Amino acid sequence: MAFLNHGVRTVFLVELLKGMALTFSYMFRRKVTLNYPHEKGPLSPRFRGEHVLRRYPNGEERCIACKLCEAICPAQAITIEAEPRADGSRRTTRFDIDMTKCIYCGLCEESCPVDAIVEGPNYEFATETREELLYNKEKLLANGDRWESAIAADLAADAPYR
Amino acid sequence: MIVQALAFYMFATVAIAAGVMVISARNPVHSVFFLIAAFFNAAGLFVLLGAEFLAMILVIVYVGAVAVLFLFVVMMLDINFVELRQGFLQYLPIGGLIGVILLVELLFIFASWTVAPDAGAVAAAPMSALGEISNTRMFGRLLYTKYIYYFQAAGLVLLVAMIGAIVLTLRTRKGVRRQKVPDQLRRTRAESVEIKKVETGKGI
Amino acid sequence: MAELWTGYMLPTVIIVAQIIAIVVPLLFSVAYLTYAERKVLAGMQLRKGPNVVGPFGLLQPMADGIKLLFKETVIPSGANKVVFIAAPVVTFLLGLIGWAVIPFDDGMVLADINVGILYLFAVSSLGVYGVIMAGWASNSKYAFLGALRSAAQMVSYEISIGFVIVTVLLCVGSLNLTEIVRAQKDLWFAVPLLPMFVVFFVSGLAETNRTPFDLPEAEAELVAGFNVEYSSMPFALFYLGEYANMILMSAMTTILFLGGWLPPIDVAPFNWIPGPIWFAAKIAMVLFVFLWVRATFPRYRYDQLMRLGWKVFLPLSLFWVFLTAGVLVATGWVPK
Repeated sequence: MAFLNHGVRTVFLVELLKGMALTFSYMFRRKVTLNYPHEKGPLSPRFRGEHVLRRYPNGEERCIACKLCEAICPAQAITIEAEPRADGSRRTTRFDIDMTKCIYCGLCEESCPVDAIVEGPNYEFATETREELLYNKEKLLANGDRWESAIAADLAADAPYR
Repeated sequence: MIVQALAFYMFATVAIAAGVMVISARNPVHSVFFLIAAFFNAAGLFVLLGAEFLAMILVIVYVGAVAVLFLFVVMMLDINFVELRQGFLQYLPIGGLIGVILLVELLFIFASWTVAPDAGAVAAAPMSALGEISNTRMFGRLLYTKYIYYFQAAGLVLLVAMIGAIVLTLRTRKGVRRQKVPDQLRRTRAESVEIKKVETGKGI
Repeated sequence: MAELWTGYMLPTVIIVAQIIAIVVPLLFSVAYLTYAERKVLAGMQLRKGPNVVGPFGLLQPMADGIKLLFKETVIPSGANKVVFIAAPVVTFLLGLIGWAVIPFDDGMVLADINVGILYLFAVSSLGVYGVIMAGWASNSKYAFLGALRSAAQMVSYEISIGFVIVTVLLCVGSLNLTEIVRAQKDLWFAVPLLPMFVVFFVSGLAETNRTPFDLPEAEAELVAGFNVEYSSMPFALFYLGEYANMILMSAMTTILFLGGWLPPIDVAPFNWIPGPIWFAAKIAMVLFVFLWVRATFPRYRYDQLMRLGWKVFLPLSLFWVFLTAGVLVATGWVPK
């Protein structure tokens, strides 16, 4: 009987037809497509996107040029040069991130003692030329000003788990 | 009528030119392509003769199958053309001799070729049925009645050749695990999968 | 002069006009077949498919075409230039010339030749040349492997297609496509010859290099197979040729098994609809199954492909030829 059953299934291509019925039924299910530029998926507060350099609320930049991020960066994408400023505080004169090297591991933000460098929620920073992806300090600080509210909210949301 | 004549001369010229190119092209793959062109033009000539069945069979069998296999083999040849040309002068005498012998033989054949006395009458009045029944039907009638034994014999020869080729290349090796599709299909979930409850840290 | 006009010029003009009347809608349907393929595949994979360019993405084929047109034509330095350029032209041309003998309605055919089905068979068997030429002329290993696979595959499946055609011809008694459709007036051949219908359809998939038999261009193994070195317009010609061949194969299926332009039942509401519309609808249905199969089945392994062709389809179709001939002779239904 099993042999007969098997033979019938083979001759009438039952398995193939079952597969085709399944794919056909999928045509009428709800689509899962996200219309990307118009709709966006939810982001975790821990999402690691484009880097920013943050400032204190009084406008002073947070970075103290400890170079921990430069040291830990596995892709060696960060370059920092520092000098004492006129008021005697230690600040960076140069803070470059090569975004073409960066692997978005998040170690820089983990290592930062003052939460100065943070990977923000922005992932739409494609450029038309390669040079535009070599970020300097001005660009990173401008990013920080632009995304500060979102980043502050994300950090606050994630704080209980750290 | 003038269109037919023009078409005939076009097909004939291209067929001959392609034939010349088959033997004179330096690259063997190009030779096969010219051979295909020659086949096509021969098919065109058949169509002009009203033998459309033959024309199509020529294209299907020779171009669609035989020339593909030619191409298949020729493409995989790794020929060094410089080396191939080195022995040209060395082989020229014997090659030339064979050529001359063939030419002489052909000349003998054509010299002793006599036209049958009633051939003129046949050519003047082609088969009367040609207009009424199709080319294909006529072919079938002739092939399966008058020439049935030759036809079957030709089929047998091809069959023997095919079996011979298979026998020559077939080898059964011991100890090779081969895929057995029916066995695979006959497996069921019940006899091939067993689910066990494994306790954490115990293992099986 | 008047004789020249009526004798030669006018027929030429009429034929050219007829050719344009066939080719332009054909190219249009080729373009929208690519759109339909993307939509159907998307639908079966829970996606939406192209929906940005124009309403419902309907202008997507045009956008794709323009994109390809403006790309740079790259000819590899090791390639054989003439053959490299000729290959896509051959593929595209073979996708078009088959339509010369396709009857769209009773008497509505460009060339009503006696051996129409043989002509179609010849055209489809020539399709392999575009692939082989491309693979060889590219001077690339992947392309060459794709070409070799395709040559063996198409030659193998042509045999079973040939036997299926013979089976149909036994039931019709003519090689003329119009006659073949007329013979299905009462019963479509898909019903009495159902196994042959399936064999023909599957062989058609193999002949047009469609999934699950798309080994010549297997992306996963051959990175795109025979057309890996092609870009811009030559690639577009391959693409168009492949889809034109698909439509041609569907038209062949329709004519041989689904009754061509005939309505399913010859009663009032059905036979009001003109023949060409029935014909197009049937072709569209077969094409949908082509796409449906692509969405469902994974690619065959090469040895399994050969096994299917030689050890399953060949004996099956041969047996069915004998059976059909035997039944026809035994019952005296042999067509005159």
